[in-house]
Amino acid sequence: MDNRTADIYRILETIMDPEIPTISLVDLGIVTGVEWENDIPHVKLTPTFSGCPALRIMEQMVHEKLTETGYETPKVSTSFEVVWNTNMISEKGLTALKKHGLAPPPKHAGYIELDVLSDIACPLCDSRNTTMQTPFGPTLCRSMHYCKNCHNAFEAFKPVT
Amino acid sequence: MELTERHIEGLKELLYKMADDLLIMGHRNSEWTGLGPVLEEDIAFSSMAQDKLGQSLALFELLHELGENIPDIVAFTRNDKQFHNCHLVEMPIGEYDFSLARHYLFDHADAIRFAMLENSSFEGLSMISRKFRGEIKYHTMHAEAWMKQLSQGTEESKARMQSALNAAFPLALGIFEEGNYEAELKEAGIFEGEAALKSLWLKMVISELQKHGYNLPDTNDVTPTLGGRKGFHTEHLQPLLNEMSEVFQIDPGADW
Repeated sequence: MDNRTADIYRILETIMDPEIPTISLVDLGIVTGVEWENDIPHVKLTPTFSGCPALRIMEQMVHEKLTETGYETPKVSTSFEVVWNTNMISEKGLTALKKHGLAPPPKHAGYIELDVLSDIACPLCDSRNTTMQTPFGPTLCRSMHYCKNCHNAFEAFKPVT
Repeated sequence: MELTERHIEGLKELLYKMADDLLIMGHRNSEWTGLGPVLEEDIAFSSMAQDKLGQSLALFELLHELGENIPDIVAFTRNDKQFHNCHLVEMPIGEYDFSLARHYLFDHADAIRFAMLENSSFEGLSMISRKFRGEIKYHTMHAEAWMKQLSQGTEESKARMQSALNAAFPLALGIFEEGNYEAELKEAGIFEGEAALKSLWLKMVISELQKHGYNLPDTNDVTPTLGGRKGFHTEHLQPLLNEMSEVFQIDPGADW
């Protein structure tokens, strides 16, 4: 990565997901590349879910942050060219999810079955003695679970292929 | 292969019917918000509604790239005769048994359709199909979990699901109403066609439902509900469109 692209990534690392403020857009894995047209950076993003309402907000946040840091007319675009999946979340990102109280998604091998979703460690007490209540949650990327060890309900960031 | 005008027309017809199915199915799913029989189901149908709307938007964007109007205009300013969704998705939500049976039959067809389209020669379509795979997987898993659970519940739960499947089945066969360009789409490698999709779908749903003790009616005894793809609809679609476009009609430039 050249210096100027590394600089863009450093800036993007300070932009947090609007719904999960502990994880940056870079660690979430949705930044798929930076291209340059002369001195103008073009940041490419890929959506987590096609129906994610935070997408436009994230584009706007990237645009504002780059403008603030001195890039006058940055370009930001979203496409499905690179398909996001939860294996693209960085190690730092997985820790950040847990810090927000969300069980991080297990690594997957390209397909998801119900039993994968039921084998989730509680983010509060680390017990695996948990059950999934529903694979859908308050946002598209979350499922809802119950820990039979510490008796807390918790949410998980669900694995997506 | 160089695409002719007929190929492009066929492609647009395909994209319109898929986008309309998802838009209308999404709207019907959203009608369970606040009404689900249990909180988890309320959330499930609301989440699936959001996925469907996001997927229809991606398809409307492909249409825009092919020269059609912007997604909001296309979604909110057409009347029922200009919609190409099948009747299955426009029917009112009914009792929860009907909504579940519809969800099961529609989403399995959708999963197979997009799996076929992952190999489409039209790159825009193969790209979004790969994206939708992970999302639709959660929809079919949800549908199957309930089919299974209700088959093992009480005599009433199983009987109600069987009768809901019987009612939804002729409507579901309307998903596969053929378009005017089936041969062109196949020739160009864009889509293998409704007949191929229908045969894969029948094979899958019949065997999976049998596993849970349900039986689908024999296709020879059933008249598929056709017409939706050609713009002929039931009396249920226009009121849905009026409600869906109410804000847009009041203030087309509204922003939030």
